[in-house]
Amino acid sequence: MSEAVIGKSVRRKEDKRFLTGSGQYTDDVTLPRQTCAYFLRSPHAHAVIRKIDTAAAQAAPGVVAVFTGDDLAAAKVGGLPCGWLITDVNGQPMKEPPHPPLAQGKVRYVGDTVACVIAETVYQAKDAAELIDVDYEVLPAVVRPDDAIKPGAPAVHDIAPDNVCYVWSHGDKVATDQAFEHAAHVTKLDFINNRLIPNAIEPRAAVAQYSRAEDSYTLHVANQNPHVERLLMTAFVLGLPEHKVRVIAPDVGGGFGSKIYLYAEETVITWASKQVGRPIKWTAERSESFLSDAHGRDHVTHAELALDNNGKFLAMRVRTTANLGAYLSTFASCIPTILYATLLAGQYTTPAIHCEVTGVFTNTSPVDAYRGAGRPEAAFVVERLVAAAARELGIDQADLRRRNFITEFPYQTPVGLTYDAGNFNATLDEAVKLADVAGFEMRRQEAERRGKLRGLGYSCYIEACGLAPSNLAGQLGARAGLFEAGEVRVHPTGSVTVFTGSHSHGQGHETTFAQVVADRLGIAVDSVDIVHGDTGRIPFGMGTYGSRSLAVGGAAIMKALDKIIAKGSKIAAHLLEAAEADIEYDHGTFRVAGTDRGKTIAEVAFAAYVPHNYPLGELEPGLDESAFYDPTNFTYPAGSHICEVEIDPETGVTRVVNFTAVDDFGRIINPMIVEGQVHGGLAQGIGQALLENGVYDTDSGQLVTGTYMDYAMPRADDLPSFKVDTQMTPCTHNPLGVKGCGEAGAIGAPPAVINAVIDALAPRGVTHIEMPATPERVWRALQTAKPSRAKAA
Amino acid sequence: MHAFEFQRPKDLKHAATLARKTENARLLAGGQSLLPTMRLRLASPDAMIDLGGLQELRGIRLEGTQLVIGAMTRHAEVAASKDVMMAIPALAHLAADIGDRQVRNMGTLGGSLANDDPAADYPAAVLGLGATVNTYKRAIPADKFFKGLYETALRSGEIIVSVSFPLVKRAAYAKFKNPASRFAIVGVFVSETAGNVRVAVTGAGAAGVFRAKDMEKKLAANFALEAIAKSRISPDKLTSDIHASAEYRSHLITVMAQRAVAAALVGK
Amino acid sequence: MGIGISLTVNGKAVAAEIDPRTLLVQFLRDNLLLTGTHIGCDTGQCGACTVHLDGRAVKSCNVLAAQAGGTTVVTIEGITPADGELHPMQAAFREHHGLQCGFCTPGMVMAAIDLVKHHPHPDEQTIRTGLDGNLCRCTGYHNIVKAVQSAAAAMAAERSSSPRQEVAS
Repeated sequence: MSEAVIGKSVRRKEDKRFLTGSGQYTDDVTLPRQTCAYFLRSPHAHAVIRKIDTAAAQAAPGVVAVFTGDDLAAAKVGGLPCGWLITDVNGQPMKEPPHPPLAQGKVRYVGDTVACVIAETVYQAKDAAELIDVDYEVLPAVVRPDDAIKPGAPAVHDIAPDNVCYVWSHGDKVATDQAFEHAAHVTKLDFINNRLIPNAIEPRAAVAQYSRAEDSYTLHVANQNPHVERLLMTAFVLGLPEHKVRVIAPDVGGGFGSKIYLYAEETVITWASKQVGRPIKWTAERSESFLSDAHGRDHVTHAELALDNNGKFLAMRVRTTANLGAYLSTFASCIPTILYATLLAGQYTTPAIHCEVTGVFTNTSPVDAYRGAGRPEAAFVVERLVAAAARELGIDQADLRRRNFITEFPYQTPVGLTYDAGNFNATLDEAVKLADVAGFEMRRQEAERRGKLRGLGYSCYIEACGLAPSNLAGQLGARAGLFEAGEVRVHPTGSVTVFTGSHSHGQGHETTFAQVVADRLGIAVDSVDIVHGDTGRIPFGMGTYGSRSLAVGGAAIMKALDKIIAKGSKIAAHLLEAAEADIEYDHGTFRVAGTDRGKTIAEVAFAAYVPHNYPLGELEPGLDESAFYDPTNFTYPAGSHICEVEIDPETGVTRVVNFTAVDDFGRIINPMIVEGQVHGGLAQGIGQALLENGVYDTDSGQLVTGTYMDYAMPRADDLPSFKVDTQMTPCTHNPLGVKGCGEAGAIGAPPAVINAVIDALAPRGVTHIEMPATPERVWRALQTAKPSRAKAA
Repeated sequence: MHAFEFQRPKDLKHAATLARKTENARLLAGGQSLLPTMRLRLASPDAMIDLGGLQELRGIRLEGTQLVIGAMTRHAEVAASKDVMMAIPALAHLAADIGDRQVRNMGTLGGSLANDDPAADYPAAVLGLGATVNTYKRAIPADKFFKGLYETALRSGEIIVSVSFPLVKRAAYAKFKNPASRFAIVGVFVSETAGNVRVAVTGAGAAGVFRAKDMEKKLAANFALEAIAKSRISPDKLTSDIHASAEYRSHLITVMAQRAVAAALVGK
Repeated sequence: MGIGISLTVNGKAVAAEIDPRTLLVQFLRDNLLLTGTHIGCDTGQCGACTVHLDGRAVKSCNVLAAQAGGTTVVTIEGITPADGELHPMQAAFREHHGLQCGFCTPGMVMAAIDLVKHHPHPDEQTIRTGLDGNLCRCTGYHNIVKAVQSAAAAMAAERSSSPRQEVAS
């Protein structure tokens, strides 16, 4: 086996089980004597709980137990923790209100968990939950972040009477303000980055089991990072030793961030499984997912860009109010800060940048990372500002970007990152070609003859992925490490099992990681199995988010492979009676350099496990190595996206007619999988720009978009086929040269779409539109705009 | 979903008796709207009477100048029917665009009408064609059938047997879909017979489906786009929600009515 | 208050005593342990639960098990031919990377087979509008469209090369 497998679109190993209905998702797990849990949720956005009477529910048919916040408090169950400490502008730690898994004294958003009913069947649990009598004193609620910081707004938490969790700033304010004073031109924008509801198609689910024999727990849970889940649950909430809890995240039906976090439901049923002495299953209904999954985005931003006479960017100033929701979710605090402000340089040489973020509590579902997490918000700020500046100054969109591109690497940005590699002109050039920008004017005129408006929008984004150097993250407030672990086990006959702390919930790790291992060891992809998602089988792991799996998890596997080859070389030297220094590893064979004498890895592995002829004095038997990898820098995927839209001015309907994405993800292991990741990200990005919006009623605090009847998910006929290509500058600091590709589409697409919509509407005098650019918003913009052809670039 | 008893009558007579005698019962046709409502516990009948076994409620036939469609005929069957395509192609097109593929494979004409969702498509066709709803007991003209949001002239337990659609000179339906639910934000059904034009609007009315009489008059005089270019339904009578304000719906009604007229003129 | 139902699922006759409020999808998953059919929503939009009921694609979360009495149901587990190879639609989804997390996939495949049955040679637009009853959050549909197009061609070729009846429904 010597054929190269890196860079090949190997068909996925995991597909057969998914395609035949043999996948094993959490809700497919059924244990003997299993009970079912249902959570009674708050119908109010903000209320005092005066009294909860569970007597009737306890007596209802099939009910095993009913638990409330009082029961958890009595058992000293802790609150759900936040994993990142943000320090505010005054050097004070952020406000961290307690987040009890079942509400204590107060409910703070519609969907807040009030009680847990455990019964023989789900229907019985639901029927019984209706019998729980909760006496609420309803309080005024606040749902919009900008409303929450107004004087007199209802306080969500007593410890933050002004609803401010933190005011945080980043960058050089003095230098930035000075640059603005001397600017020839300043572009200013105010906009909202709309709230999104993640909507992985598999709803969250968990099955918890307590073993009296071992005094241990097993939790199956739809989760992206089982080791982190275990750490948070044991150390912070339940006070259990980690070795007594096994967390298994089996097949997981999509995550997009929403399954990173430690949630109330799985915590409560894990605790309760010991109380009731039986396994407990909980599966969210979709309407519960809408209410209780952590949402994404929800920023209100004022942003300014200062330019000189030649269109060079001088400085950027950004003020953002970020909605954190009712409680701090696991990584909520770092998303609109660390993962946002640090990306405001984008692909440009802007020398001075200052950003201030106010994180606020509201009576809404907690907000946390959702595909891109902070970086889409940053890219939207940068690329909307750049597009608006180009339009105001009458400079071609691509030209203004090229004038300001960073072209030399490594590059130290004014917001704390060091870009190691990139070629922004190359991706833009390719995108311009692929999108046939040259032919756009013809297409625009043709559309005009049909009464339609066409527009072209650019977005040149950058992201920081491969989270993250642990020491740097620690300095910035992380309460966890961000390395990854991997173990490579070569079996006696030469097949390989790899145990990775990364988790696949659609990304195809079982294939891509197998390609990496097969390539390094020179064996067949089919000889390699990847095991993930089980704290009982995998040494450790930080999981999958932030496009980190291959850059960090893959690197850990590479390190373990290095150890395998080093040890194998020693064994081979012994077997071949050669000096270790003379052993080369080449496509599956340890060879004495310059000779045809060699031992295959299977022969070496067999010798390691049947060590009859083996240097037992110097070497342990076996061929099984593990490694931890902590990255030295972030990776910096970047790309140029060009969107072409056609708008029906009569109805305001926008259709994306072409979408071109040219990305630089560094080295690519499996192009088919990478393209699939881009497609999916683009769909979510286009969804944010045109369709999706999480809306709460400002008076009642009810989630208005609480089902698929009102939350507009992109369907097949909302989207075009995409034009996707890549350029390659390898990452300089990880062994695979990879950067990550999972979030690119969701980051690049929203500004590209909105810039295209504005481009189409500009001849009619429209300069601004909020996301999502719904038909009514477009129609209204056209009604109120004053045509000003002169101004259109 | 709350608990209920389930009955599956074998014939219409049995069904009618059950429907009359069972307290707090709901008739189950295709269930495509009713079951989700029950799953969210927004409806809680004590009994369900499944009409799925009643063959006499199914089928499509031409009777003189009427196209008669059985109440339990599924949307997909109407969409695929050659008889419907020949007689009233607009009705086949409308049925082909209700909900989605799977909904069309279960949902029925009678179920849609009895439910009378203000954003459903069929009410526009029934009103826009001046059809007659035939129940076990009587024939109800379209103009008397729809009474408001989820309210019809049907009495408790009254079962729709079929709907008789008159053949028309031309007709068409134009729909502006809700991007989330794919129900109509505005749907306009336009039909013309000798000297008579009907325009029915669904999705927009604060009191459900309604006729746009001003447009009817103008189109009767001149069946052309420009005839109704300035005809507006006052936003006061229209629904506002997060998907569309009353003002926008008012605008869309005119646009969709024009598109329906255009489609009717080219015979689509 | 249980009622008896009997129906045919994936070629086998099954009978059970059920609570009348049991949805068809619950019956398939909980009673028959056919967990390939998934539940993704509670309002009938996502289509993850799509099965074939008497040859028509329906959402099994939107049908009572009792309504399905006397019918023939085929699930994702029932479309794989006896030789263990994949159905052409399944094979095309794999070849064209039309799935990622796999959760919507069984419903998507079942809906796509129904689509091709009615449109044996669908173009891209027909496929996109024809999949209006199914949500996928991973793929952006790009590769699903390619897969369905390719499967349609393969299924047409299969029909013309062998006069045998179609695989499954």
